[in-house]
Amino acid sequence: MDLDRAWELHPQVSVRPEPFGALLYHFGTRKLSFLKDPRLLEVLRGLSDAPTARAACLAAGVPEGEVRRFEIALESLEQSKMLVERPS
Amino acid sequence: MTLLAPPPASGAVPAPRLVDLFEYGLDAPICLTWELTYACNLSCVHCLSSSGRRDPRELTTEECKAVIDELERMQVFYVNIGGGEPTVRPDFWELVEYATQHHVGVKFSTNGVKITPEIASMLAKNSYVDVQISLDGATADVNDAIRGPKSYDTAMNAMQNLKDAGMKNFKLSVVCTRTNIPQLDEFKAIADRYGAQLRLTRLRPSGRGADVWDELHPTAEQQRELYDWLIANGDGVLTGDSFFHLSAFGKALPGLNLCGAGRVVCLIDPVGDVYACPFAIHDEFLAGNIRMPGGFQEVWQKSELFTRLREPQSGGACTSCQFFDTCKGGCMAAKFFTGLPLDGPDPECVQGYGEQLLQQRGDDLVIAKPSQDHSHRTDKWSKSGKVPVSITPRPAGLGPIMTTGPKSMPVSACEESPLAGFSPQAD
Repeated sequence: MDLDRAWELHPQVSVRPEPFGALLYHFGTRKLSFLKDPRLLEVLRGLSDAPTARAACLAAGVPEGEVRRFEIALESLEQSKMLVERPS
Repeated sequence: MTLLAPPPASGAVPAPRLVDLFEYGLDAPICLTWELTYACNLSCVHCLSSSGRRDPRELTTEECKAVIDELERMQVFYVNIGGGEPTVRPDFWELVEYATQHHVGVKFSTNGVKITPEIASMLAKNSYVDVQISLDGATADVNDAIRGPKSYDTAMNAMQNLKDAGMKNFKLSVVCTRTNIPQLDEFKAIADRYGAQLRLTRLRPSGRGADVWDELHPTAEQQRELYDWLIANGDGVLTGDSFFHLSAFGKALPGLNLCGAGRVVCLIDPVGDVYACPFAIHDEFLAGNIRMPGGFQEVWQKSELFTRLREPQSGGACTSCQFFDTCKGGCMAAKFFTGLPLDGPDPECVQGYGEQLLQQRGDDLVIAKPSQDHSHRTDKWSKSGKVPVSITPRPAGLGPIMTTGPKSMPVSACEESPLAGFSPQAD
């Protein structure tokens, strides 16, 4: 996954905020994912308006030094088809 | 299911396990079971909802749609619809379409009776619908002994129709019993043959299941066999998290391994009653009714019962067991309907503690019965020697018993039509 490209949630993915973070459900793959960090939810929410995934991380208040950790989480969301690249 | 969090920074306090967070409940259920009707064409011996006859107080189409609207607002991603046999409701397909149009996915359980080629083709086109065919024997003799005559053929026919329609990855759902545990590989082969995914669940002493549990629940050796089989097959076989009590054999099984009752799951029954889980249809686990002001959301978020279930539970006698952290004392409903204390071991505790307790139960113990019984009455009648009768006109061939005897059904006293009983052909 290229952090410097534009990404968005798959149109069949629904996000439900919860006290611990959020639940993600993909209606196509019928897979459920749990986000245990509320900041990751903020990143996802900002994704479709941000020019790149990196910009979405920074806008959500993720310090530069922690971006790599969020990249790993975003990568696994991409692998489970929750994230798709946005045509720019 | 995947669990996602950025990996912890070195030296940071480890994040709490998800299962620990879930114990305090969620704003809305993850997995909601909705039994749409108690009516059923079958009379399976282990039916956990004691289904058979329709309840006249069943939710109307409009009430069901209002529930769906509420689930959409609460972002319940999907519902597991069951019964009874949900497809015998005349408005069933209408409700499925309404739910999926309102972003509530539907997975429904059926014995296959209504899955014609036409219906199968309609279902295959809707990616928000998943179908679960129930089968409790990999061969007709084993299946039909539990689910009734011809039910094996009905299920196989339904699966063939789904496969022919191009439906992918629908579920073949099996309740594991003493008679079918030797058939696990055969079930897997059947699922593979139809492009389906196998789902195994636990036999519970709920509903009519209580009457057959002693004879049908897996033996201790079979539990081990099942556990080994599940470990070997891993994520490829679904279990609905139903075997977490088996985790005490050693390695935890895939899934949350948590009793989700009132925390992440619940049941809405055909008359709108909300229970903590599908296996606990009893007043003790009744949280409220969706017909009350505030509807389902109020029951889920504020009922006294669910609030109590979300508090840390006492492990009681199990706390000192080294496997308590993975097995959590097992299934609440299984304990309740076998007369065991809720804060003690599961009746099928793999360490054998449940078996000891079952043997210590006194003869005077009164075991709780389900609050509802909608079973077909046929069996009871045949046992009592009574037969169902209906009043019909006397057949013409038997000759008159009255010179001006009735030629048709008597008109009901409540009939409102001014033409009631009038027939142009009548003399």
